[in-house]
Amino acid sequence: MAKLYSREALEEILRAYREWEENILPQWLSRMPERQEEFTTLSGIPVKRLYTPADLKDYDYMEKLGVPGAYPFTRGIHATMYRARLWTMRMFSGYGGPEETNERLKMLIKAGETGLSLAFDNPTLVGVDPDDPLAEGAVGVVGVSVPTLVDMEIVFRDINLGEVTTNMTINPPAPVLLSFYVAVAEKQGVSYDRIGGTTQNDPLKEFIGQKTHVFPPEAAVKVAMDVIEWSVKNLPKWNPISISGYHIREAGATAVQELAFTLADGIEYVRQLIARGLDVDEFAPRLSFFFDSHINFFEEIAKFRAARRMWARIMKEWFGAKKPRSWWLRFHVQTAGCSLYPQQPWLNIVRTALEALAAVLGGCQSLHTNAFDEPFRVPSEFAAKIALRTQQIIAYETGVADVIDPLAGSYFVEWLTDEMEERAWRYIERIESLGGMLEAVKKGYPQREVEEAAYRFQREVEEGRRFIVGVNIFREEDVEEVRRVPLLEFNQEEVERRQKERVRKVRSMRDEARWRRALDELRGAAERGDNIMPYVLNAVKAYATIGEIMGVLKDVYGTYVEPPYY
Amino acid sequence: MSMELTLSRPTTRRKVKVLVAKIGLDGHDRGAKVIARALRDAGFEVVYTGLRQTVDQVVAAAIQEDVDIIGVNQHEGSHVYIARKLLEKLREYGADDIPVVMGGSIPVVDLDVLKNIGVREVFLPGTPINEIVDKLLRIAEERRSRREV
Repeated sequence: MAKLYSREALEEILRAYREWEENILPQWLSRMPERQEEFTTLSGIPVKRLYTPADLKDYDYMEKLGVPGAYPFTRGIHATMYRARLWTMRMFSGYGGPEETNERLKMLIKAGETGLSLAFDNPTLVGVDPDDPLAEGAVGVVGVSVPTLVDMEIVFRDINLGEVTTNMTINPPAPVLLSFYVAVAEKQGVSYDRIGGTTQNDPLKEFIGQKTHVFPPEAAVKVAMDVIEWSVKNLPKWNPISISGYHIREAGATAVQELAFTLADGIEYVRQLIARGLDVDEFAPRLSFFFDSHINFFEEIAKFRAARRMWARIMKEWFGAKKPRSWWLRFHVQTAGCSLYPQQPWLNIVRTALEALAAVLGGCQSLHTNAFDEPFRVPSEFAAKIALRTQQIIAYETGVADVIDPLAGSYFVEWLTDEMEERAWRYIERIESLGGMLEAVKKGYPQREVEEAAYRFQREVEEGRRFIVGVNIFREEDVEEVRRVPLLEFNQEEVERRQKERVRKVRSMRDEARWRRALDELRGAAERGDNIMPYVLNAVKAYATIGEIMGVLKDVYGTYVEPPYY
Repeated sequence: MSMELTLSRPTTRRKVKVLVAKIGLDGHDRGAKVIARALRDAGFEVVYTGLRQTVDQVVAAAIQEDVDIIGVNQHEGSHVYIARKLLEKLREYGADDIPVVMGGSIPVVDLDVLKNIGVREVFLPGTPINEIVDKLLRIAEERRSRREV
């Protein structure tokens, strides 16, 4: 036991607090009433005007905090944290064809980013080729179009995959994109043990947020688990999944819901992998996470800290993991896209900086900062560079990275960390009672919760109970200034034409017999319920396109159609 | 406790009916769902298409449901392309008297482009719902009075 405060000390503090509340505060309040009747976090957690040791009455330091790099990791997963190595500055990027994106990646590397992260266009995200009718008008718009191995080679032209790590935000077609990546690495002569990066590959959150689902829930989870199982056995440095709260949050969830639903997704995956016969300590160190960092500063920091502690408990106590690395919650953060607005858009630079600061104070392993022009379009080079430089200012100028978990011990932050945890456990218990997250998703439970929260937030903004500068306070009507924001310009029609042409050329030039055999073998494996990864890799090397591979899998697994309402 | 909003003229007392549509592969449905619900709370009759609709499906639904307005929510940059296609299709089916409005992540420079194509209103994120409600009521009323003539 390592109780922070003695009974005597607490009594004295409490006496002083009551004295203040009864004798000093009322005069002040009568002269200067508070700005609001109630103050709440974005999750709706009421916060008091002042926190003292009395709010951490039975606080056990070792149980709740400990030291960095040791269980329960509240203070950080590494003993040295940012004093030794800063978080990875990993800018989510991609637009147009592979040529445009290759240029952008090289620009960002030159500007000092330390990890790559690929944004794909919608056709790639749902696994259709650029000449599919569904892709019309969408090729290269919100990310890069990568339908074949040939395209992936161009994306990484002059970039050595043995020297960088790459995140790929890709879900149902994760086996295809991972195979593209592995095949490019092979061509570059990079061995499997040097291939590092992440596939998002998180199917459950697709049904709650993001919504780039393709397969029905059961099959979607099966495919994702195939990727994890194969990666764990073949790519020792790969993070085969990034269990993502980000999209759940962006879809309208509160911070508490984001925390709870993300961990509940993780719990489901751990169970699925154990059911496949994998040893928990074999795969757990390769699981990674991805959270949002929204604008309510302390709540976000508390969320990150609570997440680490909760996941450590879950892995150690629920699943009996033995390796300390299995208890780590390693996470990427993206600042909140949904907190950015088109009104006075340069204010988004400030929002992003504050959100990034919360992520760093929360101990993230890697970070993407949004560009201020993102309410309009994929970022311009200018805007992307400001976003990256924002991280560099936090890292190199502010000094916040020089002390590990510097907000620990703040009465308020520790109280809020506990409160977030408590509220999240309640959600997790509810999901457990529904049979786990896969079942809960099939029943529409998290979907309904998130929809409710999104609507509640909107009402609060409409009714002036939440303030957004430039939107419902300090509005300006000057659109001319906004019009002058230089946006990314590229010829989308030309990109679409080029991508269609290339995919047709790839189809016409490949070894027909080898291609057909590879797809037939993939179909057989999917029908048998085998791990599809080796077969997808084989098909990719035979120059099967993303649309063809996903087509075979859709034939076998079916396609999910979301009901308009839950 | 939603307020029932009906048009002022006795001949057009039917609730204003809006089709909220998601066209193409864009999965960002938060705005569409929030606006669908807010309009319903404001007394509109709302039909939400769900995700990944084609232009043909949306036009068919609009005609079949006899809506007063089509509202398209678009967050992935294809708004100009989709607006063009949608308005073309409406003309093809002789349904181009159904006004189209849009909302979502749309660059300010595209507002004029969309209006020139024939999109009646574009609502950017942050637009107060009351403002959207007022504009939709006005648009629906105009159309109904035109129809009576």
